[in-house]
Order: sequence, then C-alpha cells, then structure tokens
Amino acid sequence: MEQILANGVYLGSQYAMIALGLTLIFALMNVLNFAHGQMYVIGGFVTYTFYGQWGVPFVLALVMSCVTLAILGALIERFLFAPVIKGSAREESTMLLAAGIAFFLDAVILLVFGEKQRGVPKIVDGVFNWDFRIIMPYDRILICVLAILSIVTFIGLMQYTKTGRALRALAQDRTAAQLMGVNVDRYSMIGFALGAMLAGLVGGLLVTITGVNLGMGGPTSIKAFMMVMIGGAGVISGAIWGGIILGFMEAIGLALLYQYGDITYLLIFVSLMIFLAIRPQGLMGKPWG
Amino acid sequence: MLGFTSKQLLGVGIFLFAIFIGVPLIIGATGRWDFYFTLTSVALLAIASAGVWLTFYIGRINIGQGAFALIGAYVSAILVVKAGWSFWISLPAAGLFAAIVAILIGLPILRLRGVYFAMITLVLTQVVTLTALALPITNGAKGISNIPLPAGISLFGIPILPDFAAMENTKLAFYYTACIIMILTYAALYRLVNSRLGHLCRSMQQNEELASSIGVNIAYIRIVIFAISSFFGGLGGAMFGSIAQSVYPSSFQVADSVNFMLNCFLGGLGYVFGPMLGTLVLYFGWDLLFEFGKYQMLIYSTILIVIIRFLPNGLLSVRFGKGGDK
Repeated sequence: MEQILANGVYLGSQYAMIALGLTLIFALMNVLNFAHGQMYVIGGFVTYTFYGQWGVPFVLALVMSCVTLAILGALIERFLFAPVIKGSAREESTMLLAAGIAFFLDAVILLVFGEKQRGVPKIVDGVFNWDFRIIMPYDRILICVLAILSIVTFIGLMQYTKTGRALRALAQDRTAAQLMGVNVDRYSMIGFALGAMLAGLVGGLLVTITGVNLGMGGPTSIKAFMMVMIGGAGVISGAIWGGIILGFMEAIGLALLYQYGDITYLLIFVSLMIFLAIRPQGLMGKPWG
Repeated sequence: MLGFTSKQLLGVGIFLFAIFIGVPLIIGATGRWDFYFTLTSVALLAIASAGVWLTFYIGRINIGQGAFALIGAYVSAILVVKAGWSFWISLPAAGLFAAIVAILIGLPILRLRGVYFAMITLVLTQVVTLTALALPITNGAKGISNIPLPAGISLFGIPILPDFAAMENTKLAFYYTACIIMILTYAALYRLVNSRLGHLCRSMQQNEELASSIGVNIAYIRIVIFAISSFFGGLGGAMFGSIAQSVYPSSFQVADSVNFMLNCFLGGLGYVFGPMLGTLVLYFGWDLLFEFGKYQMLIYSTILIVIIRFLPNGLLSVRFGKGGDK
C-alpha cells in the first residue's frame, strides 16, 4: 500500500506540472494547446542532447530546455496565435492552428532527433528501500522533489510578482485587465512562453527516468487534457489537483488491475465521463469555462 | 425550380459530372488507379466530417466522431461476419446503432459546452478504442479481418445491386457507392440546414439561453442533431470497414477524430460544403505529398499553418465566384 501511495505522489507531481502549463495557456488565451505534448517531447530531447550527448551538467541542460521552449512558445504566440485570434470569426479556429503546430513539431522532432527511443545516464545511483515496503530509486525521488519545488516556485511567481498579478488579471477578464493598463499583447506572449517552458521543464526532468521518444507527444496531450478537465479548465489549483488525482488513480489502478492490461485506463476514462456529466466544470472550474 | 437558382443547379450539375464521369476518365487516362482508393476514402471521411460540421452548427466542438465511426465499423462487421447479414442492411443498422449510442451518451454530455464538450468527446474516442480492445465480441487487438465484400441484392429476381465479389473492378464500384452516399449525405445536410430545424440550430449557435427563452427546446434539438451527426459517423465508418475488409481498434483513433474536426475548420464552418472541400484538401494533399518522403509531414503541416494563419475562417471564405461553392 505504501508503495502505491509513493508511486501516486511521484506520478501526480509530474502530471500536475504538465497540466499547469496547459491550463495556464488556456486561461490566458482560451486556446486548447494540442501541441503541449510535443513541446514536452522537445524539452526532453533538448535535455537529452545537452546532458546525454554533450555532457553538460544536468541542471544547465534543464535550463536550456526551459529557455528553448520559452523562446519557441513566445514566437508561436507572437506570430501565429495572436494574429489568428484577431482575424478569425470563431475562437475555435485556434484549435486547427494548434493541431497544425502539433503536426509541425512532430515533423521537426522526427527530422532532427529521429524516431528512436532515447535515454540519458542516471543522475543519481542507488535505490531507496524502506524495509521492502517502499522501494524507489533515488533519481525518481529527486525528480519528484524537483517537480514539487518547481510547482511551488510557479505558484509563488503567480501570487507575488507583478508579472504573476498581470497574468492572473488577464485570466480573469481580458478587457478589464486591458482597461487597468495591463499590456495584454505582451503578457499573453509571456504567459504562453511560461506555459511552453513548463512543458519543456517536465520533459527535461522526465528524460532521466522514462527516456523520450517521438510518439510520446500525443498521449501526453490527452493525459494533460484529462487532468485539466478533472480540475477545471483554466484554474491553477484545479490543474494541480487533477494531476494528483490522475496520478493516484493510475498508480492504484495499475497495482490492482495489472493482469487486465488496459482496463485501468478504460475505467479512468469512463469514471471521468460520469464525473463530468455530474459536475461539468470540474473540481474548481468556473461554469462554462 | 424548387427554389434553386440556375447558377446553383449548374454548380451541382458540374460537380456531379466531375465526380461521376470526369474523375474516372482522368484516372483512366493517367493510369493512377490508386487515386480511386484515395478519393473513395475522401468521400467516406467527408461523410463523417459532415456529422462533425453539424455539431459545430449547434455550437459544439465535436472531437468524438472517430468513436462513432469505429462503432459503425464494428457493428457492420459483426453483423456481416457473425450474424450473416447482407452488408447493405448492416450499413443503415450501423448508422442507427451509432445514433442510439449518441443519444444515450449525449443525454449527459451535451449539457457541457465549449472546451469541456470538446475534451470529453476526445476522451470518448479513447473510451471506444479501449472498449473495442476489451470486449470479446470485437476480438480485441486482433480485430475482425475477414469481412466479405458486399454481396448483391435482387428484388423479385431483378438484380438491384451487383455482387461486389464477382466484379473485376471493385475499386470503381466502391468509388461510386461512396460518392452516392456522400451526395445523399450532403443533400440531407443542405436540406436540414435550410429547414426550420436549421434555423433553430443557428439560434442555438448564437445563444442557447436566448433561444431557450423564446421557446426553442434546446435539449431536444441538440440530442437530435448529435444523433444525426453520429449516424453519419457510423455510416462512414461502416463503409470504410467494408472497403478495407477489416476493422481494428486502431482503425479510428484520437488522431482521426481530430482530423474530422480539422476538415470542418479548414473548409469553413459557415459553409455546408466546407467539410467536403476540407476533407479533399487535407486527405488528398497528404497523399500527393507522399513523394517528398520524410519531409511529407513538415510540408503538410507548414501548409496547414499558413492556410489557417492567412485564412482563419476556412478555405471557402475566399470566394472563387459562385461556381466553386454552389
């Protein structure tokens, strides 16, 4: 049982980080970022290249992942999303753009990094063993702690800095924020960059454990959508809860039902649909997003 | 005549001539027989996309058409292989089954709106794929891979439909079948949009509360529309299964659901024939780019991004004159 809980915490902390970026972008721009999973994969590959290939220290490689994705996110927002949002009759057109970008990033990943599964050397050796009740490699614990630290940092940033306040104002009401003198265009870009950066950071962290490959993008996006739905779209605390809940459901389901294969995911999906039918806005969300 | 302008009739005429006579002639002349399969796929995907477009028409983003296409494909396959039905009866049965599933699922989930509805339909696709893997009747991951070609039908001894297995050129037969079903689908769609129900849908698209307050039964209409939409999905899926003669849980996945939605966006949400054009451009474009090998995806997605960047309201928002959009 302790093992299952530990796995739940480990999975939940990673999932929460992935969901955070997605929900941030959604809250600011009302864009469902289909390319989030691909951004995560790119983050993984950047860390792989710097840390695994060129032997740069791991922390520095992580920073590189963040910087790359932040720049990428800012460019995508500035030159693609912003003009399309302005020019389209229906907001949902951004979905096509997001899906197009997802395809594009997939193609770029394929051309630059190839389709092989890539892994990096372990950052810490050894396994934590508490009387055979909890067995967990040290690197997983480290990654889990780093993920939780990043989430705390992110929340702090959103709560106590000027940028964070501007972003929260923007998420609440775009027009009102603009009237209060927030530079909407600039902060949309910063917000998108921040969301993309979070995806890159998780990618960089997880490459040390699960490795990274081209096919991970799509499924990651879907999982992120689910977490966002559980917690409520566009709400930061909701994304964290969603990540933790999904992480625990997966850990418990895989432990109890492992002999039935994919039945865990089927149960998760079905219970999610029932949950949303009863509470459409998720745990914390505003009704009708 | 029937309230159509002569220009519209001319457009329909040209279109029908092009797909029934023009395309076979061109393919015969160039010898690219593989285009039959591509164009048949386009026609079938356009049927499913028409359903997605219809849910857009009541203001819902539907990323779950893959689920209904998969349900349709499985129902038809099981009826033909295990129950020994004729394919032509199993085809509407597949559509109806998909519609019934849509009604049952739609009752709770159609209360959701916007992104929530979009995401739950996305999850629905995944649910159906996983269910197909888990159920015994669908044969799990192995799928059903021995579907016979559609048999002929004769009424009182007069053959109405030929036996596909006895034909030399099944590709052409499938092409015509798919095109006829597609034309019927879009005729139905056009009729629906220009009917009283269509007006009610437009009122829902603009503001559901307002529509409800002036007496539109929105709960009823959205169920009906979702059922019709899924009927199209089931129909397209069943036909696809019959052409491929096999159906697997991976026949229609999340990516396909997303593609159905993209077809509608690309063609333009304000135009009945938008999804048809969108499907043609997306699917045919993908096929044509095959020659670029590993750069196929890159070029394809770049074109997609450029189109949406400069024509955010869909391809048909550029008027090619009246001939192009009937």
